[in-house]
Amino acid sequence: MRYILHSDCNGFFASVECLHNPEIRNKPVAVCGDTDMRHGIILAKNEIAKQYNIKTGEAIWQAVEKCPELVTVKPHFDRYIRFSKETTRIYSDYSDRIEPFGIDESWIDLTGCVNSFEEAQAVAEQIRKRVKYELGITVSIGVSFNKIFAKLGSDYKKPDAVTLITDKNYKDIVWKLPVEDLLNVGRSTKTKLNSIGVFTIGQLANFPYPILKSNFGKWADILHMFSNGLDMSPVKALGFVNLPKSIGNSTTTCRDMKNYEDAKIVMNVLADSVCRRMREQGLSATTVTVSLRDTTLMTITRQCKIETTDISCEVLSAALKLIKENYRFDKPLRSIGISLSDFKPKLEPQQLSLLRDEKKRTRQSALDSSIDILKKRFGSYCVRPAVLLADRSLSGFSPKEEHTVHPVGYFS
Amino acid sequence: MKQYISVTARFDEDGNLLPLKIHWNDGRSFEIDKVTDIRYAASLKAGGAGLRYTCRIAGAEKYLFLEENRWFVDARG
Repeated sequence: MRYILHSDCNGFFASVECLHNPEIRNKPVAVCGDTDMRHGIILAKNEIAKQYNIKTGEAIWQAVEKCPELVTVKPHFDRYIRFSKETTRIYSDYSDRIEPFGIDESWIDLTGCVNSFEEAQAVAEQIRKRVKYELGITVSIGVSFNKIFAKLGSDYKKPDAVTLITDKNYKDIVWKLPVEDLLNVGRSTKTKLNSIGVFTIGQLANFPYPILKSNFGKWADILHMFSNGLDMSPVKALGFVNLPKSIGNSTTTCRDMKNYEDAKIVMNVLADSVCRRMREQGLSATTVTVSLRDTTLMTITRQCKIETTDISCEVLSAALKLIKENYRFDKPLRSIGISLSDFKPKLEPQQLSLLRDEKKRTRQSALDSSIDILKKRFGSYCVRPAVLLADRSLSGFSPKEEHTVHPVGYFS
Repeated sequence: MKQYISVTARFDEDGNLLPLKIHWNDGRSFEIDKVTDIRYAASLKAGGAGLRYTCRIAGAEKYLFLEENRWFVDARG
């Protein structure tokens, strides 16, 4: 039997802000993006704000409409990263298999450290109390025999609670929950499941497998496994890093991008950031994807194949070509993004081309390496292409340093 | 109220850090007679978290927090 905990920091950003500002602790609080920079959405809220039905992701004005006395605070990502590390310090007193899931959640595998669910629950209680005492924030913890049920447990009762889901009681707890509570069942899977009469996790677990298979293909295996508690995926050791499947950055600019020249400035910054992150991992990409969102929030995504490269200017010209070919700027752009994927190790031997100037590419690659070192030592703003000086309001951000919280997926 | 203060401290040969004297911003200084406890703790009153040193200063027990590389106390008022 495995004993796995899933610990979830309750309203993480808001809790950390409330700890640092005692005067707002008893008020409805929401951590919001910068309105002046047009990042004005709710990133997190505290328990009191939750009672007003304020949702993460909604615009600040919508939230203030629901709760006029809402206190909005700016985010401090350095604080969140510090507190995230502090929670890991506490977890690591109990196991070396700690797998973070985003900045505020972690799985902790206690298999081999405890011999029963009672002992695992006692450890969970200890962690809960220590986080509260040492960090001044609360966690809710699920204790179970697989990662999926442990995660359901941490959502089951919160804040500041421990929920035990064993091989004996999981049918009473998990199977009664709505199907969308299961990890990776999003809006469209939920609609599809509902349309075949599946509303609870129990109904999904007992649904005839062949019919599920015919509806969902290989996804059916996962749904069947997850709902029946058969997920066997291990909790990765602390410090284990998966090779990324994609590396991306996007931004909503502080003014709309009215033409190609505006988009070019922003794409310069974004492409530089993703290429530096890719080179840090020792990878080269073969696919470039750009996403463009206009002022009506319509988004288009376009991708193209490129010759395997880690050179910034090659990635940038592929991205700019995609923008030029696919967008006419009938409506201004509100946000753009770039992502690289289909990676190959940089050290893998490469076929040189007779048609490309390989000597120039070698020089370009050496230039990128030198600039990487400079930027690492002196910050992203120390060397910049002249085009970025055309409009500093569009180019005055550094996604690599300022945005260190990257979303993760269960299968990544 | 959270008050960051200046502290004279000593690293011993094992790398442990021990505060010796605190200096208020108004110029007054106080010797720390003894550190009776060191543990991680949050200060809900001052608003912060870090390594908490329980110090005896002029016969009274005070908490001194080390938050990353800054020291703070909960100053009344």
